[in-house]
Amino acid sequence: MRINPRLTDKVVRGGLTFQALFTVGILVLIVAVIFVKGFPYVTAEFIFSYPQDMGRLGGIFPSVVGTVFLGLLSIAFATPLGVGTAIYLTEYTKESSLTRIIRFGVESLAGIPSIIYGLFGFIFFVIKLKLGWSLLSGTLTVSIMVLPTIIRTSEEAIKSVPKNLRMVSFSLAATKWETVTRVILPSAAPGILTGIMLSIGRAVSETAAVIFTMGSSLRLPTSIMDSGRTMAVHFYILAREGISMEKAYATAVILVCSILIINIAAYYLMHKMIARYS
Amino acid sequence: MAGTKIRVRDLLVSYGAKEALSGIDLDIYENHVVGLMGPSASGKSSFISVINGMINFEDGARVRGKIRIDGFGELSGRHDHVALRKKVGTVFALPIPLPRSIYENVVFGAKLKGVPRSELNELTEVCLKKACLWDEVKNRLSESALKLSGGQQQRLCLARTLALRPEIILLDEPCSGLDPISTAKIEEALSELKRDHTIILVSNNTKQIARASDFVAFFYMGRLIEFGPTERVFTNPEDKMTDDYIRGKFG
Amino acid sequence: MNRKLIDKERVIKLILLVFALSSLLFLFTIFAFILTEGLPLFYEAGVKAIVFGMRWAPTKAAFGIFPMIISSFMVTFGALVVGAPLALACATYLSEYAGKRTKLFLKPSLELLAGIPSVVYGFLGVVYIVPIIREHLGGAGFSILSTSLVLAIMILPTITSISFDSLMSVPPAYREGSLAMGATKWQTIRRVVLPAARSGILASFILGMGRAIGETMAVIMVAGNALKIPTSLLDPLRTLTSNIALELAYATGDHRRALFSTGVVLLVIIMSLNLVANFWVKARVAK
Repeated sequence: MRINPRLTDKVVRGGLTFQALFTVGILVLIVAVIFVKGFPYVTAEFIFSYPQDMGRLGGIFPSVVGTVFLGLLSIAFATPLGVGTAIYLTEYTKESSLTRIIRFGVESLAGIPSIIYGLFGFIFFVIKLKLGWSLLSGTLTVSIMVLPTIIRTSEEAIKSVPKNLRMVSFSLAATKWETVTRVILPSAAPGILTGIMLSIGRAVSETAAVIFTMGSSLRLPTSIMDSGRTMAVHFYILAREGISMEKAYATAVILVCSILIINIAAYYLMHKMIARYS
Repeated sequence: MAGTKIRVRDLLVSYGAKEALSGIDLDIYENHVVGLMGPSASGKSSFISVINGMINFEDGARVRGKIRIDGFGELSGRHDHVALRKKVGTVFALPIPLPRSIYENVVFGAKLKGVPRSELNELTEVCLKKACLWDEVKNRLSESALKLSGGQQQRLCLARTLALRPEIILLDEPCSGLDPISTAKIEEALSELKRDHTIILVSNNTKQIARASDFVAFFYMGRLIEFGPTERVFTNPEDKMTDDYIRGKFG
Repeated sequence: MNRKLIDKERVIKLILLVFALSSLLFLFTIFAFILTEGLPLFYEAGVKAIVFGMRWAPTKAAFGIFPMIISSFMVTFGALVVGAPLALACATYLSEYAGKRTKLFLKPSLELLAGIPSVVYGFLGVVYIVPIIREHLGGAGFSILSTSLVLAIMILPTITSISFDSLMSVPPAYREGSLAMGATKWQTIRRVVLPAARSGILASFILGMGRAIGETMAVIMVAGNALKIPTSLLDPLRTLTSNIALELAYATGDHRRALFSTGVVLLVIIMSLNLVANFWVKARVAK
């Protein structure tokens, strides 16, 4: 019995469509559930007040601050290193065994799971370098985690700058560095910024590496040597210890919201800057 | 006879095993337009790359011979590239504006050179006038250069080069693909510019060479076939190949 | 003036080289410290005792992590079994059937959703999936099933995204040729497009595997905490990752070193997966 191929075609199309909708549906459902359950508890007071009774009551202000600091500081460390690496690999050398080794190193860093980063950060920054559980330990660990992403996106952005722009710049008596800073980087900026913002998103949602390097103190971090929580860590502790479902959902809302806003802003910025330059 | 601005002796350029130019002896006279003509792949663009030092960016390119630029010195491969390009400006075949405003394009090189901000506005006006573009853009200097037409963009590239006050200007087929009016404007600009600059004009278009240049060098397959005053070469060529080329029998 | 410029450019190039080498430095440091802390126990207690040991009681000199290795593989496999076909179907739909606007809207949305933190997945798993399993299928709810399901959902965006890119990069000429010979759309996809995108799709599976096996926070929340090899889908388990995360905060001495040894094993597994992915994929592409 031969099945009519046209019928198969229709069935398959229906099946695939269903599965695609199902997939997207699940993911949308996840976000929806978080929002529905958590939004009622998200108030300005929640964001700006301090937790009480281990987080059962009160707000999450210290975690918000901790998250912001961690995100911004890790980018501050990783961006110069990452963009500099990308510039070196694309503008200052040709492909050679050295560049291949460096790229291999970057790819390997990208493949290491976050718990290993947690182990490393713990033994190296917290214990051996005696930095203790601190914003500094967390920042340094997370910077290394996001470095490959920044290198990758920066390289792509720089490579997509048309070659003849470099030729023009040189013909106008610019040095290589002047060409890089005045012609190439401005044109590559949208792509580079996107990579940076995606990395902020990653830093903000990271938990395993952060909890073992930055600790989980409920106090407001005021210096780089202070321990603190990020929202992701706070959320994890609330959920796992069963401290408060409502607060957990509310924290999740803010966490997911922040990440969504950062990612959307990244794409928006990229499109806007591309439009401006062309 | 005017002084010699560029003296080339026994120039050999090769890319790997392929010879692009060999045995070139040429004197480029100051304050004149020297046209380089010849069919494609005859070495004209390689010659330009040597003079502006951009050949150093080509992998596997080898340059032999003596090239002396009056007021700069010998081109040895180890000379100061940036200083060279301040004296030798280049306009390429395809207009490549920087993705910036018209004003920013013109002052790009000048800013790097250290020209003070107060002089930039005047410099922009002067250069755009010399490139025969000022009237068309004087009211929209802050607009993106990418909005200009091809011919306007090319004149912008000329103005941009002029802003560095180079002593030598190289133009590598600057009018390919441009409309006749833009072409005429560029040729008009050149006839004025030669008073203060030494100009080398590469072109596939023999009529343009005849119109715009004082001297002409005919290149074929990497060799210099003939060189002399334009009028003489075009009316009374010494070499048969030159004659054939001018008549359009090949190329 | 000439001299100064050349020197400045040289210094800049050197600084950028140092930046570029920093990645290698970090990689080296990470490996160095993980290995320094984790390898000694292999010498002292023996590789077999650790990798194949069945009992984990590190304060009493029992460092067996075999059940956790098995558990890690089981949930990863489970996640792939559930997630990969679904993700591939989604990618195929997006690439072959969806209109331009749908593509434009859905692809970034997928990437956005990939940014949801793993703890959120774990949380929802605990709140919804675990009780459902407990009520309708039995057991504690914390199980291979719950973990596989959660991990499957987590790797959906990864596999979909990369498979989608792979499918999109198959030249339109392939499809046109097949359709011109009278094949239906599905026949074209099945016989021409999917095989052409095979290496990218496989790479996405391996990357998904890597993500699943390295996942920590979500797994902790839905896997339970059993130290035995799970014998049924409904048994609770502990993976290599949760082993480390659950005990690192208060472990000292040999106990802590045993956790690093667990990390070494995990690192070996994941690095092998990455190497396989890279070389296998590259070999296929080169063909």
